[in-house]
Amino acid sequence: MIGQSIVLAADVPFPPSVEDFYLPSILPWNEHNSYWFTKITALMWVSVAAIIIFFLVTYRKPQLVPTKKQWLAESIYGFVRNNIAVDMLGKRGVNFAPYLTSLFVFILLMNFWAIVPLAQISPNSHIAFPAILAVISYVMFIYVGMKHHGGLKYFKHALIPPAPWFILPLLIPIEFFSTFLVRPFSLAVRLFANMFAGHMLLLVFTLGGFAMLNANVWFAPFSIVSWAMTIALTFLEFLVICLQAYVFTVLTASYVQGALADEH
Amino acid sequence: MITEVLTVAAEEGATEHNPIIPLWQEIVVGTIAFAILCFVLMKFVFPMMEKTFAARVDAIEGGIKRAEAAQAEANQLLEQYKAQLAEARTEAARIRDEARADAEGIRQDILAKAREESDRIIGAGQEQLAAQRESIVRELRSEVGSLAVDLAGKIVGESLADEARSRGTVERFINELGTAGSAGGRR
Repeated sequence: MIGQSIVLAADVPFPPSVEDFYLPSILPWNEHNSYWFTKITALMWVSVAAIIIFFLVTYRKPQLVPTKKQWLAESIYGFVRNNIAVDMLGKRGVNFAPYLTSLFVFILLMNFWAIVPLAQISPNSHIAFPAILAVISYVMFIYVGMKHHGGLKYFKHALIPPAPWFILPLLIPIEFFSTFLVRPFSLAVRLFANMFAGHMLLLVFTLGGFAMLNANVWFAPFSIVSWAMTIALTFLEFLVICLQAYVFTVLTASYVQGALADEH
Repeated sequence: MITEVLTVAAEEGATEHNPIIPLWQEIVVGTIAFAILCFVLMKFVFPMMEKTFAARVDAIEGGIKRAEAAQAEANQLLEQYKAQLAEARTEAARIRDEARADAEGIRQDILAKAREESDRIIGAGQEQLAAQRESIVRELRSEVGSLAVDLAGKIVGESLADEARSRGTVERFINELGTAGSAGGRR
């Protein structure tokens, strides 16, 4: 984006719009309505390939006394396994740790493109990817709940809290709404909106600097402040990137925990 | 932020895309990619890690167990050695006591024998002495008689005509002498 902005410094589009998130496709080149191979999907494939290669290479020959790389791979898995899965789900968490770790590293790396120079847009700022992950989490926690409690009993368990009968007509719709309607959307939108907003913020401050400079040369100091803000916001973005990956994983684990819980 | 953007986009009216509506192409591609990622990681990587973790726990616990076993064995050996040592010590003490007792016995034996021998030697010597003394006394008695008679004849100068009388005198004298001598010799 920045590269394009510099080229177009004389005529910077400001303010940035939603269209800035939908770049022309790479293959076929510069096509506006083709979405199969764009910068977004390319970054996603690179993420998947990088994660797979990293783990396969570092864990090709596991040793009892780990090498540095093996230790790194193990720490990533161990972090999600012990600090999220086992912490929230107890012993059963070990079974969920592989999926949760895959989820965590996938989101983390996809998010990370938001601040990688030249890439600087996260595939997760397109709601399709968070939506896929949210649907998987949604299906997973319902499936786990049904398996644990036995078919429809799970819904009875999830929807009917132990409360006096006269309050139930109020509670059941609320429980249904919060558990089965809102959860997938909140998961997907939280991640998407964070990445979207982050990218938009960086765009605003970067392009804003150019816009001010173009409007009046005397605004140059403000432009510089604006660009400095871009750098500061990049650090903030880094925080958001890690936090959102963590939050998504923790919430998925927490939904599974709720489905596995025997009491309210 | 989103609402702002949306309103901005709406105001412009030229929006082609709605960011809240997912692109179905991206859903397809994303699903495939994420499925591949999950398949590879969950099939080939994380189970291996679990195995490694388990092996590590095993190795550590096994090491501790082995160390404990070695420690126990060492302790047992130590006890055994101590017991053997104590046994050897009592044995040595017993042998020493026995030897001491033996030595004492032998000494007593030797002492007794020596005493016996010395008594025997002393007895023999005394007997011999007594016999010698007897023979000397006997010799002296006859010699003293004749000497006395000779001496008396020379002194008196007369032949002792009356031999019978004189013989009686000599005998009496010698007997007196003998009793006195034997009394003195005993002393």
